Amino acid sequence: MTASPFPILIIVVPLISAFLIILLGWLKKNLCYPFMVAALAVSALSSLAILQEVIHHGILHYHLGNWDPPWGIEYVIDPLNAFVLVIVSVISLLIAIASKKMVEREFPHKVVFFYCLFLLQVTGLLGIVVTGDVFNLYVFLEIASLAGYALIAIGEDGAPFASFNYMIYGTIGACFYLLSVGYLYIVTGSLNMADLSRLLPDLYSSKVVLMAFAFFVVGVAIKMALFPLHVWLPDAYTYAPSSVTSLVAPLTTKVGAYVLIRIMYTVFEPNFSKVAIPAATILSWVAFFAILFGCILALGQKDLKRMLVYVLIAEVGYIALGVGLGNRNGLTGAILHIMNDALMMACLFLIVGAITYKGWPRQIDRFIGLHKKMPVTMAAFVISALSVIGIPPACGFFSKWYLVLGAIDAKQWLFVAVLLVSSLLNAILFFRVIERAYFEPGANERNVQPVKNKAKFIWDEAPLSMLIPTVLLAAGILSVGLLSGTIISEVIQFALPASF
Amino acid sequence: MMIGFYAMIGKNNLVKKLIGMNIFQTSIILFFISTGSKKGATIPIVADGHGVVHRTIEAIQYMNPLPHVLMLTAIVVMVSTFGVALALLLMIYRRYQTLEEDEILALRRK
Amino acid sequence: MIAAFEDVIIQTICRILIPFIQLYGLYVIAHGHYSPGGGFQGGVILGASFILLCLSYDIQEMKKRLSQQANIIFFSVGLIIYSGIGVLCLLLGGKYLDYSWLHHILPVDPVEARSMGIFGIEVGVGITVMAVMISIFLDLASEEKQRGS
Repeated sequence: MTASPFPILIIVVPLISAFLIILLGWLKKNLCYPFMVAALAVSALSSLAILQEVIHHGILHYHLGNWDPPWGIEYVIDPLNAFVLVIVSVISLLIAIASKKMVEREFPHKVVFFYCLFLLQVTGLLGIVVTGDVFNLYVFLEIASLAGYALIAIGEDGAPFASFNYMIYGTIGACFYLLSVGYLYIVTGSLNMADLSRLLPDLYSSKVVLMAFAFFVVGVAIKMALFPLHVWLPDAYTYAPSSVTSLVAPLTTKVGAYVLIRIMYTVFEPNFSKVAIPAATILSWVAFFAILFGCILALGQKDLKRMLVYVLIAEVGYIALGVGLGNRNGLTGAILHIMNDALMMACLFLIVGAITYKGWPRQIDRFIGLHKKMPVTMAAFVISALSVIGIPPACGFFSKWYLVLGAIDAKQWLFVAVLLVSSLLNAILFFRVIERAYFEPGANERNVQPVKNKAKFIWDEAPLSMLIPTVLLAAGILSVGLLSGTIISEVIQFALPASF
Repeated sequence: MMIGFYAMIGKNNLVKKLIGMNIFQTSIILFFISTGSKKGATIPIVADGHGVVHRTIEAIQYMNPLPHVLMLTAIVVMVSTFGVALALLLMIYRRYQTLEEDEILALRRK
Repeated sequence: MIAAFEDVIIQTICRILIPFIQLYGLYVIAHGHYSPGGGFQGGVILGASFILLCLSYDIQEMKKRLSQQANIIFFSVGLIIYSGIGVLCLLLGGKYLDYSWLHHILPVDPVEARSMGIFGIEVGVGITVMAVMISIFLDLASEEKQRGS
């Protein structure tokens, strides 16, 4: 047990700042944005410090209120936790920096409340990752979800209805999770994850534990938007404002995937999912259909944002496939893909936000001449597209590589096929956009004589506060890809369960 | 629980869905609390407990207070979800002048 | 939606009852230690007393007594009390929400300090819950006066 304050700092600072921002907004509005960025920067630095400590010292424990578990709530941070913490806090910091201009354009008189909800959402997501107590996870899950419902509802025309739909689905998912926590409490009397993993193996033949597992997986699958339960995602994320989609799209589904990994491999032992009930097999087949379905439906979309949302559904399918494969390579691929997908989706949705901010419509057909006006943004788009397709050195290639290796290890050739086919479909999707933006001659270029003093720079780029996070994320995609080996050997290797 | 679940999915009117959500969450809360009760047990309050009291307490005579405390949190969550849902319903009503789901979908498709 | 409804019986009875309801709400907050009650429950009762005022009289009556700004301040102050006590314990050297370290500030021994600490938290939670209940009701009840807000 160490006395490091970082596990609690990472939650408390955004939480208190969320409420101080309301007071600050009443006093002096211009200070809200720097205050929010400062709070998220503290969180990001704490998460990096936590990762550092976990790599060197092993698992961190933090007992809230100085009550020993299982009486008290404890925050447990092991390599998997620390990894996801860094992802969530760094990406939310970058999105927060980029959100200023978009928010001031779209709803200028509600800026203060937006920042407060943004910080609450980030608090909820960080809390889900940090906690080691299943009921505390439910509380943070609901904090994040409620902030999400409110944030999504301030979007365009169909947003309140989409948010209501999301709320119905999300509440069902959270209530299923609560039911399963209840069942586990009835049979074991404990709510602590480490304690549960010690007490449960004797009870694996009980029907209550089986029901608890089933409710867990279904509830988390609703939150994670896994294939048949993904129906709330397209409408909710398309109609939300761009700044909100760039925050929730990369992070919420990934944190849901993290919860799935925690439940299946830490609370319940890995052989429960493989031997006692064939949950891992069912999960991998569901993920198979998720990947196919996401990629095929994305082909029919004319709106760039909606297409990206269906690509997101396919990406969640990849992670679920890796979790369901149940061997070392598959789970490594899944965990690596959590990071890669968060980076890619954040970059892509931020680019959509930049394009919308500059006044371009979101229909892919109308992207003609985009690369002349916004070259840096489109370069970042190309890098993210290469990552989604899975071309080295972008990071997407490495996680897909491990997933394919895992599928080969499990001798599931159909999964290998679906991974390769989906890469092809992703290539079609993104090259369609790239071709429109780069290569299609503009309407005013077709019959025009070359003019001598044609202006060289007709740049109309997004403002710097949006451009820098986009460039940083694109650079991150490339550098994370190159550093994949280090990341796996330093962090992810220790995050896998011991029996793999 | 099933009534609430059916109402959330099967009913057309958005307010009925909301009421179903409320029923569903309340039933889960009741289920949790019922798990804490024992046969012949009394409420978990130590009578004459003020001041310094050195007395052994037989835990088996008292009901389990932990589910009660957990459900306090769940009730708070239920109330705040309900509040957000009502605000959303107001926004939807002001936009579409109706709260029937099929009419809203028809209006959106146009 | 909430118009002034002039009925002598309702207005008189509510005018008499509301202070007692508020007193009961404070009683419930303070007795969270030893009997059913606590921060959330007492806060809801306090909020309900203001909503009763609004229902029996008019929204303007309630806004005269507790304006929108005062509501926001109550809300933030309650939360700052709650998180502030937790952070205070952190700054004094213990874990977050580890009230026994409060004995450095208050003249009591560590066990007693835990009891005081949780009471402070309950008060903060009660104030916040009251402010939130009132603000939810105000937002939903005064919608038709704010078009397109």
